[in-house]
Amino acid sequence: MSTDGQVKILTARMEANRTDSHTIERYEATGGYTALRKGLLELGPEKVGAEVKASNIRGRGGANFPAGVKWGFLAAARPAYLVVNGDESEPGTFKDRQLLERDPHQLVEGVILTSFAVGVNHAFIYIRGEYPKPARRLQHAVDDAYQKGYIGKDILGSGFDLEITVHLGAGAYICGEESALLNSLEGRRGEPRLKPPFPAIEGLYAKPTIVNNVETISNVPWIINNGGLAYAGIGPEKSAGTRMLSLSGHVNNPGNYEIVMGMSWRDLIFDIGGGMAEGRELKAWIPGGSSAPWFVPAEHLDTPVTIDDVAQHGSMLGSGAVIVMDDSTDVIAAAHRIVRFYAHESCGQCTPCREGTTWLERIFNRILSGRGRPSDIDLLLDVSDGISPGLGWPPVMTTICPLGPSATAPVVSLMKYFRAEVEARIAREVAHG
Amino acid sequence: MADLVTITVDGVEMQGPAGEVLIKVAEDNGNYIPRFCWHSRMNPVGMCRMCLVEVEGPRGKMLVPSCTTRINDGMVVDTQSAVVKKAQEGVLEFLLINHPLDCPVCDKGGECPLQDHTVAYGPGESRFVEEKRHFQKPIPISDLVFLDRERCILCARCTRFSEEISGDPLIEFKGRGNQVQVLTFPDEPFNSYFSGNTVQICPVGALTARPYRFKARPWDLEAVESVSMVDSVGSKVSVQSSQNRVVRIDGVDSDATNHGWLSDKDRFVFEAIHSEDRLQRPLIKEGDEFREADWGEALDLVAEKLTGYPGDQVAGLGGANSTNEEAFIFGKFLRTIVVTPHIDAQLDDGLDPQFLVGLTPRAAINDLESAKTILLWAADLKEEYPVLYLRVRRAATELGATLIIVHPRRTGLDDVARHKVRYRPGTGPDVLRELVAGEGEYADIKAALTEGPVVTIVGRTGLGEDPRLAEAVAAFGRDFPDGKVLPLARRGNVIGALDMGLAPTLLPGRVSETAAHEKLEAEWGPLPEGLGRDATSILEGLCDGELKALLLLGTDPVRDHPEPMLATAGMEAADFVVAFDTFLTDSSRLADVVFPVEGFAEVEGTVTNVEGRVQKVNRLIPGPGQTRPVWSALDDLARRMGGDVGATSAEAISKEIATVAPAYHGVSWDELDWGEGREGLLLPLEEGEQRLEYIPVDGNLTSVKARFGLHLARVMYDDGVRVRKSPSLAALIPDAAAYLSAAEVETLGIEPGALVTVAGESGSITLPAVVDNTLGEGTVYVTANLSKTAELGAAVSVTVTPGGEA
Repeated sequence: MSTDGQVKILTARMEANRTDSHTIERYEATGGYTALRKGLLELGPEKVGAEVKASNIRGRGGANFPAGVKWGFLAAARPAYLVVNGDESEPGTFKDRQLLERDPHQLVEGVILTSFAVGVNHAFIYIRGEYPKPARRLQHAVDDAYQKGYIGKDILGSGFDLEITVHLGAGAYICGEESALLNSLEGRRGEPRLKPPFPAIEGLYAKPTIVNNVETISNVPWIINNGGLAYAGIGPEKSAGTRMLSLSGHVNNPGNYEIVMGMSWRDLIFDIGGGMAEGRELKAWIPGGSSAPWFVPAEHLDTPVTIDDVAQHGSMLGSGAVIVMDDSTDVIAAAHRIVRFYAHESCGQCTPCREGTTWLERIFNRILSGRGRPSDIDLLLDVSDGISPGLGWPPVMTTICPLGPSATAPVVSLMKYFRAEVEARIAREVAHG
Repeated sequence: MADLVTITVDGVEMQGPAGEVLIKVAEDNGNYIPRFCWHSRMNPVGMCRMCLVEVEGPRGKMLVPSCTTRINDGMVVDTQSAVVKKAQEGVLEFLLINHPLDCPVCDKGGECPLQDHTVAYGPGESRFVEEKRHFQKPIPISDLVFLDRERCILCARCTRFSEEISGDPLIEFKGRGNQVQVLTFPDEPFNSYFSGNTVQICPVGALTARPYRFKARPWDLEAVESVSMVDSVGSKVSVQSSQNRVVRIDGVDSDATNHGWLSDKDRFVFEAIHSEDRLQRPLIKEGDEFREADWGEALDLVAEKLTGYPGDQVAGLGGANSTNEEAFIFGKFLRTIVVTPHIDAQLDDGLDPQFLVGLTPRAAINDLESAKTILLWAADLKEEYPVLYLRVRRAATELGATLIIVHPRRTGLDDVARHKVRYRPGTGPDVLRELVAGEGEYADIKAALTEGPVVTIVGRTGLGEDPRLAEAVAAFGRDFPDGKVLPLARRGNVIGALDMGLAPTLLPGRVSETAAHEKLEAEWGPLPEGLGRDATSILEGLCDGELKALLLLGTDPVRDHPEPMLATAGMEAADFVVAFDTFLTDSSRLADVVFPVEGFAEVEGTVTNVEGRVQKVNRLIPGPGQTRPVWSALDDLARRMGGDVGATSAEAISKEIATVAPAYHGVSWDELDWGEGREGLLLPLEEGEQRLEYIPVDGNLTSVKARFGLHLARVMYDDGVRVRKSPSLAALIPDAAAYLSAAEVETLGIEPGALVTVAGESGSITLPAVVDNTLGEGTVYVTANLSKTAELGAAVSVTVTPGGEA
């Protein structure tokens, strides 16, 4: 527990030890690697897995799929692999970075326990190439853990062997998509694979593979030390446990926050976030990363911050990146910025995403440079429909992966809530042009 | 075979194998779903998204790509819904936003899937008013292929073909998103033997072939189906002409042979057809020079000369580059008009004729589809039988076959082989003995060979190798579980020629001379007594005067016989030489009379491939100048010699073949053109009398081990006349060299690139030494079919000494 009464699992150590929470000495001095001993020497693999399943923890990478259930899908053939997705690239997300920099051993211990539970003897941790410091800290942690015998052969005399490889990405958002990540790890182009087969059946090197987010695995030591039921008892039933939110934008206190879900967006933005900077008005916010449809005060301010509530209201809590926009925001430029990101990051495999996102970007360019046409509004929506037919939520895809539809989210939100602004911008320019 | 399941597409029930991709099942049942990236002979990737259809699921209709969706029983598919149509319009509009308006100048116009699908499935107009992406265009990516990246729709057919099918991953995507482009690697052009296939399968004009660029429009072309005669694999082709000039050859999908693929040699060698150097008029030698003559004069001269010799002083060579009908008449002419038994279609550079055509159980190429294990002990397939290389590669990579390769040097298939045995040329018999014993390092291989069905592919690995070794390996191969053997000989219709009796020990129809002599005499009248000489013996006979005259049918002994000195000497010693040819070659140059004949794309007939599959070659254009079909010339000649071979037309000859040649009973042009034989007829069609029984060679071959064993092997681009006269391919002929391992180069005390003299019993040549570390100790590799190396002659033991004059 921390001083403000909220449960702290992931950030407890780094809050209490501001300078050295990443070192093995501090980690061991504050209860680190006790869960490992308990798991490997007392509980055994099935019980470790059962605890995680009982915790009801849902993946913290963006898809929010229950981790324990995912582990159950792993095919029986061996060797199998665990891959930790540290490619954190969803714009607005910077939580895994803090976890890696400030408490890497938490992740390492979680990786060892997870591998033990599912029967993996080689785990890979994939860190985006733009995170050199977190990657260095993680590599040091792995090296130190090897030295202490927490990784390697016959760990703690349990008979369990594990190798951990830390691997850097090379600058592609799409490599955060699990199958593109596996391709990248294999040395191929970072392009998503066709599914089925799914990674749990045929993943890394065509072997059964579990892919989990950094934050998800970082929770495993606490779950083993305190029990899955204890985790499940925190917060709402279907959004159990704590989770990290990366709050950014026009708030007074941007940053990473470990919260228990269930509060309202009002509480999050105005309480925890300290309210709007410079006393401005809230115009809109993105609840879960740039792929998520936008929320607006008129409709969503008092809805709960839980995975399912956000989904019901037509968006997603996703990676937990909350981007707050005040009334000084040019929302057209904001939408354009996001669309431009996806056009840049599209892997290029499939026609609608490769061509469609570029087209969207070019139309926005034109609008923003004063050469928009009235027909552009319907054109933007129709091009988006070519990528995601029906423009519904969750999106239907004509594409191989959800990156294409992600580009349409800001377009749809822009037209849904701020169409008048777009019309006015175009009309203004046309009148002067 | 997978079970059949029933699905419903647009309300129509249809059946297909469980697990087959939906797009194929629909197409096979008459419902064509538009596509770009899917190709029936490659794995699906679901990238273009053109083939999206709606499939009913538990949560309603789902939009899925039909090329990656595998059917299960009860699947319900809608290809015509409003959602599907909107998706199709969307994909086409998306593809066209960056695609340049090049149709007026693009080779693909008129046969372009993007054009066709846009008309059929696309929106009427594009709403794109922005700037398209631009690349420098076109850029040559090899001597044969140009790339236009603006036209490219990034379907990955070319990159997937290169990686998956041909094993030459020389082109790949670079970059991301809208800037993705197909490119070659730095300093590595797209020098694949199969590059032309990517041009054919590219759904737009992004890849174009230098020999065809800007030559014609598809709607101007006339076409016939035919069979490539570049080698004996029998790949199906479409030969296309504009204004009576052949301008293109495309691959046609034949399930039995080439699956639609061709080598670049198959594809581009048509250029030779219209070479200025084609023989167009008969030539008569006067002194040292040729003068042009009329057919009548030349035929009369030959008739007069030939009637002046006793039959058994005349010999005939050739026929392996001719059709079955031409070869048959050549044989009939020699046996009944000249009355000589001395006939050979091979030049002692292949295998024993009775073995080649009589061996059973003979593998069909499609036996590779179900083979568990493949033993390959033959030439480097990638160089000599490229389309067969593709089929074997497919078996090893897609179908899980265990491939075992035995060869003196690295081959094109090594990367996909499970076991590789390399040996010094000449020591093959020892290797075979060890393989049979199966101990030590050979234990794994022996074990693999017990997993049937086993297909064994045999042939001479090099020209110096004892052909009986291939027979011994075949004997070994027949004993494996479900063991079948495929013996290889290279020339376009060598199998057909032997089937037509162009060998001293054979008569037409895969029967031995001794067994079938009487029966054939009943049909043809008196035949020469006794077995005739083979090619080497014929040349020796000419040298020592026992033979006086020689007829050559499309063959070049001076270049291709393993003892070129003997061949030259024989031809020069001969009293009278008559050649039937399309070009003047090193051999026909030495003739007394040369007749210009029609060649590929000008003749109609049949050819027989290595499996024994008879297929039709078809005529598209008339031959140039005063060329005549071979059979017509021989018929005329026979008449002037007072006889009659009854050759009134090529089809009439084919009917006589079906009567006279037992293995060819039931083979008819009608059947091949319109009936069951669309993909050829695999012989034998019936179990007949007088079937040739192949008697396996009696083992105990001995190894030869000298200081250097010579591996004399062919490369695809030789400098034979057809390649030399095809300008696009002539540029690709490699330089001759002597290849040695680095260790041997050092032992010789020379630098790489220095000259060495390689000397064998037939001759010697001086070449630059090139390092090749796939060669073992005591092995020197020389490419066989370059005119420079022809002076060496085939040998197994050679000496290699530094220096010499180039």
